[in-house]
Formats: sequence, C-alpha cells, structure tokens
Amino acid sequence: MSNQTPLLEEHLALGASLTDFAGWQMPLRYTSDIAEHTAVREAAGLFDLSHMGEIAVVGPQAAKALDHALVGNLSALAVGRARYTMICQEDGGVIDDLVVYRLAEERFVVVANASNAPEVLSELSQRAEGFTAHVYDMSADTALIAVQGPRALEIVAIVAPGQRPVLEAMPYYAWATVRILGHDMIVSRTGYTGEDGFELYVPNALAVPLWRALLEAGSPLGLVPAGLSARDSLRLEAGMPLYGNELDRTTTPFEAGLGRVVKLDKTDDDGAPLDFVGRAALESRKGAQPARVLVGLQGLGRRAARAGYPVLNGTDAEAVAVGTVTSGVPSPTLGFPIALAYVTPELSGEGTELAVDVRGRAEPFRVVPFPFYRRPKS
Amino acid sequence: MATFPANLRYTAEHEWVDDSTPTTVGITDTATEALGDIVYLELPTVGTEIEAGAVIGEVESTKSVSELFSPVSGTVVEVNQAAIDDPALVNSDPYGEGWLFKVQVSAEGELLDAAAYEALAQG
Repeated sequence: MSNQTPLLEEHLALGASLTDFAGWQMPLRYTSDIAEHTAVREAAGLFDLSHMGEIAVVGPQAAKALDHALVGNLSALAVGRARYTMICQEDGGVIDDLVVYRLAEERFVVVANASNAPEVLSELSQRAEGFTAHVYDMSADTALIAVQGPRALEIVAIVAPGQRPVLEAMPYYAWATVRILGHDMIVSRTGYTGEDGFELYVPNALAVPLWRALLEAGSPLGLVPAGLSARDSLRLEAGMPLYGNELDRTTTPFEAGLGRVVKLDKTDDDGAPLDFVGRAALESRKGAQPARVLVGLQGLGRRAARAGYPVLNGTDAEAVAVGTVTSGVPSPTLGFPIALAYVTPELSGEGTELAVDVRGRAEPFRVVPFPFYRRPKS
Repeated sequence: MATFPANLRYTAEHEWVDDSTPTTVGITDTATEALGDIVYLELPTVGTEIEAGAVIGEVESTKSVSELFSPVSGTVVEVNQAAIDDPALVNSDPYGEGWLFKVQVSAEGELLDAAAYEALAQG
C-alpha cells in the first residue's frame, strides 16, 4: 500500500513523474531536474514534504524526556526556535536525524524522515516512559510545504499580507505563527537546499489551497514546483546528509562529521552529567579516531560517482578499495561531479587524489571540503 | 507523453534505428523521460566495430545512468558531436537533433516495430 500526500492530485495535474519514496507516492520531477534545481538557486522552488513525520512531545517533562531520548540539549532550546539533532541507539548508531521545534515551554514537535517516522515514534514513546510527557503522532493530519530559494521571503510575504516584518525578522532555524489564508500556520525558516527558505506546517485540509496560493504568488517571480530529484541534488551540493545514504544505524554522528550535535555536556537538575540514550558509547567515540570518515569528492572527469560505488586509492590497476560513495550527482550548479564518501582517515585530507570505480573504470576524484556550494551572502 | 514514430524500429532497451543508409541510432523518449535531464553521453567513436546487443556506451542523467546497447552490428561512421556537447538535445528532440550515432550496418539485432515497442514500453 502506497501512502499519498494531500497534494497528489496537484502533482498529477502539474504533470509530475511520480516515484515511490519510503512508501509514499511523491513527485520525482515535474519537467526537468536541472530546471527545478536552477530555479531554487536563482529564484524559488515549491516542495511537497508532507511525507515527513511530525511527532508531538507534550507535558511538564517534555524537555527532560527529549534530553534523555535524543543526543541534543533540548531543555536549552528556546520557545520559537528549532534545532537539528539526532536519535541514536545505545551503541551510538543513528536511528534518524531530526529537526525539533519548541512550540511552547511544554510542547515540542519532532520532525522525522518518512522512512524512519514509525521507528522514531516507537522509540520516543518508550524513552518518554517515566517522564510526565505524552508522545503522539501528528503525521497523518499534517502537511508540509517548503518554499526555498532567494525569492522565498518575497513569495511567502505575498500570501501572508502584512506579515513581511515577522518573516523578515525570523532567524535561521526559528519559527513563528503566521496568518495565511485566514489560518494561523507554523512557518519556520528552515530547509534542505542550501538556500534561504521557509517550511509551512498545515493541517491536510489546507494543503491544496496553500499550495495553489504559493504557486500563484510565486510563478511571476520564477517559482516552480520542484521534485525529489532536485531536492536531492540541492541538498548534496549544500553538503547535507541524507538518512540511508550518509547516516544509518551502523554510523555514529562523529564518523559523519556531525559530532557537534552530540551534547555530552548536558546536565540534570543537580548538575550531574545527564544520562541520555547512547551516551556511554558516544563518549568513548568522541576524540577517538573513527575507522572511516565522511569526505567530499570532486570529480575531475565527467562521469559521476553514485551511491555504493567503491572509492579506490588511485586510478592504476593496483589500486585498492579504501571506501564507499554514499551520494553522488553531476552537480547542476558547479558543472562537475560531486560526491560524499566514507574513506579511511589517512586518505581523508583535503587535496588527496583518489578514484571511484564507476562501473568498472577508475575515474579520478579529489578530496575537497563540503558544502560544495554556499549561497552568496545577501 | 511518450511517442512511437511508425517509421522507426526499436530495441527492448529503448534504442531506435531508422531505415536510412547508414542507419541512424538514438534513444526513445520513453527512455529520456525515465532518465530525466541527460548530462553526459559516452558514445562509440567513429570506426568502432559494434555488435548488436553489446554495451557500447552510456547515458547519464542527474538522477541515474543507463547503458547503451547496440541495436545493430556494423561500423560507426558518424557520431553526433552536437549531442555530446549539449546532451540536453537528447531530451528535447530524441528522434531528431538528439540522434546519437550512425552505423554502416552488417547485421541487424532483434528489432521491434513501433506497435510492438509501444506495447512493451507501456506494459
């Protein structure tokens, strides 16, 4: 059985090619992957992200429950802000990467990847036992629409008359209640494209009117609907991990270069180190040399590396495997192949010449820092 | 929408050939629609002897990559440099300006007529 977002009919009417993504029928592209990608870099793109999971954690000890359940310090998150964090296993392996919103002192929303949402819900429910906090799933009733790109602010401001100052003043990773189409909606300045942008959380019933209003307001400014294919190439240029590619249960945040999300210094009410799930394993990993590290690769030829391809220590016949590509694409913005890969630490230095086995032929790649693309400062 | 020009013949791997001499080879819009934006073509060079059914190149898009199978046996006599330089031509005009290469044919492979290919592609 395939899940459908409330916007499926809109996608079909716009001529979208659909793909199955984590059990959801989602738009892969509407017209052209590259045109959609470029529109987001130069103007704006409109994304249906209603497949994402939204899980509420509510109650007097909601913050404490999340401090215990996640690697981040959610008690310290101010109302009005959002934070990127992770939920890990006892052994430190990543169950999912998350964005957590603090809606009120005692109310949080945890946004999980579609593929992991059921597992995150179940883990959070178990880990919240013993705290006065209630965990429940809002995913089935919640649609999520993102407007991403340098013109996103202008476009959202058109559908939210009189509230441009609120949108303008919103810092990155903050949210506010914004009145749109006669309803109060949660709008956050977040995204997964490397551009400025907003994400709008609405009840399913408002998804179609909001989608149409944004499309109408944005089209004259260059906004186009954008599918998952553009979303993937955009996030990869921006060096953002994708769960299932860069992150999984056999990977700790440290190997992925995301050790900063692990807050080993968080404390309980008495000032003692707070015992969160995965703490012992992650503490021993911190500072230790991981067996593999995530690096950026730039292709020196034209053929792109793809997820799962072996990384080699050279292009000659004696070259041996030293890692694996986790994501790769011919970068539409940069014009050359880019990839993320796990490699042995001694070969992870910037400028190291490596190769990728692209369907039987060793293609030259060089280790480069990522993000591969940073938006120009406005 | 996918189209199936009646004057062409097809392979199950979504290549087409015309009936001219030398024979022109390309890929169908069913293939280009599945691939998305094509960004790189690897084609056999002029003079290459190719064999029907063999992998002779690849077509890479932002999203994926697909091997190119030779629909016929023979010698490559011309390659579409314009398509190599601007692979978007294959998306915009797969049966016209986006042709791939021309072959002096010595033997045909297993080719389908338009109706048979359409049934296969739509199936």
